[in-house]
Amino acid sequence: MNWQSVAAIYRFEMARTFRTLLQSIVSPVLSTSLYFVVFGAAIGSRIDQVEGVSYGSFIVPGLIMLSVMTQSITVASFGIYFPKFIGTIFEILSAPVSFIEIVIGYVGAAATKSLMIGVIILITAHFFVDIDIAHPVYMLGFLVLTCVSFSLFGFIIGIWARNFEQLQLVPLLIITPLVFLGGSFYSISMLPAAWQTVALFNPVVYLISGFRWSFFGMADVPIGWSLLAIAAFLALCLAVIWWIFKTGWRLRN
Amino acid sequence: MSARISIKGLSKVYASGLTALDNVDLEIEPGEILSLLGPNGAGKTTLISIICGIANPTSGTVEVGGYDTIRDFRNARKLIGLVPQEVSLEPFETVINTVSFSRGLFGLPRNPAHIEKILRQLSLWDKRDSKIMELSGGMKRRVLIAKALSHEPQVLFLDEPSAGVDVELRKDMWETVRALQEAGTTIILTTHYIEEAEAMADRIGVIRKGQILLVEETAALMQRLGRKQLEIELQAPLDAIPGSLSGYDLERKDERTLVYAYDTQSERTGITRLLNDVQAAGLQLRDVQTRQSSLEDIFVDLVKEDAA
Repeated sequence: MNWQSVAAIYRFEMARTFRTLLQSIVSPVLSTSLYFVVFGAAIGSRIDQVEGVSYGSFIVPGLIMLSVMTQSITVASFGIYFPKFIGTIFEILSAPVSFIEIVIGYVGAAATKSLMIGVIILITAHFFVDIDIAHPVYMLGFLVLTCVSFSLFGFIIGIWARNFEQLQLVPLLIITPLVFLGGSFYSISMLPAAWQTVALFNPVVYLISGFRWSFFGMADVPIGWSLLAIAAFLALCLAVIWWIFKTGWRLRN
Repeated sequence: MSARISIKGLSKVYASGLTALDNVDLEIEPGEILSLLGPNGAGKTTLISIICGIANPTSGTVEVGGYDTIRDFRNARKLIGLVPQEVSLEPFETVINTVSFSRGLFGLPRNPAHIEKILRQLSLWDKRDSKIMELSGGMKRRVLIAKALSHEPQVLFLDEPSAGVDVELRKDMWETVRALQEAGTTIILTTHYIEEAEAMADRIGVIRKGQILLVEETAALMQRLGRKQLEIELQAPLDAIPGSLSGYDLERKDERTLVYAYDTQSERTGITRLLNDVQAAGLQLRDVQTRQSSLEDIFVDLVKEDAA
């Protein structure tokens, strides 16, 4: 393993994050705070509790997941798409690095950034509501796995995209609706029976449910299913990336 | 001495069906400057891209320093520095960071002294903290060279390095390239400036429609394919070439000038006999001069001949 190269890519990508600190960190924190104001204070004051947890606290895991998933995809897709767009990808492709090292560098940086955002939102949430984390190790595990797997997914989107419109397409039209409909702001048990069944086809439900379980010890679906879902998603992304580098699809044309 | 780069049966067919390279064989010796000449779309950049690992070949093999560029890509690529045709740089990054990044990317530990040496050599040291987007076009091209040299490559590819570069900078770049050659670096240069190839290359390779038409030492190529012309300026205008001179390969350039083309390689050029016969035909000479065909003429002839 060429760790020197991995570190070079990682540092270069993290430098981009710190160069655009306001956009990278402050913006998601601000929007999350607004969610707390609107959902937690305005709407939450009319919803007393959800399965024994105050509504303000209940939405914290969903809000963290919402930001972490969208940020992971956005950062990772942009990270690999931008070199393609401006042409600097030639340097990565001609360097003595394997695809695993390239992925660790880019995805590692994107996952780090979204993890930072997740932690910052968690800290921010403490200023609004009381939060006790029932299973901190699971919580951290879910958070890291989500950051990594969605960064891998974003990496695939960045390679697939031929223009900026395509780059935005998947996060805006697929991920955002899935996350909103995946129980970020509600328990799926609050839905009518038919919609509960439909919701179970949304893979994000399993991730948010598992993450919420690590906070409050309650879940929409069994924790084992949640772990299986995130592991399957991770494996699928890794398989696609392996195929991309093996064939050079949209990279070595 | 074994070749620094060995290319065997290399072909590249794009998904569109376009054959960019067609069974290319080429050996490049250590420490030489090879210039690849060819019209647009001839396959020069595709060839470089495959050697550097940016594009996959359809068939054939490439070895750099004895390492297969696919099976042993790490060792092969460590030896290669690439200055691409397009000015592709991260616009918001500083000069020193982007050059240092290239060194790290190629697996080498930080070496500020080496980076400083390169930046000074390329007159970029004063601009080390400037963002790339603040630099002029010529400076950006120098940054690309600095990046390619940051990991101390043994083989340097310069893909159209002089495109859009002013004369002064071009000369500076030539000096840098010669210094690298003296230090033992193998240099492969593609260029549209044929004078650049003529002035710098040890060997010239001509590529057209994905095929190598020839690879030959520059001096030998000039001598073998270079034709000389003798221009005879007359005192008085001439309506037609006299019948007594019809045995010569003569052309009337204008009413006072005759042009005689001859082969420098032949034992007898026929110049003495021609001049005698010109005088015998009653023509008075005003001036006589010779002209050597340039590499550009040779290149145009070669490409035309092959197309015919």
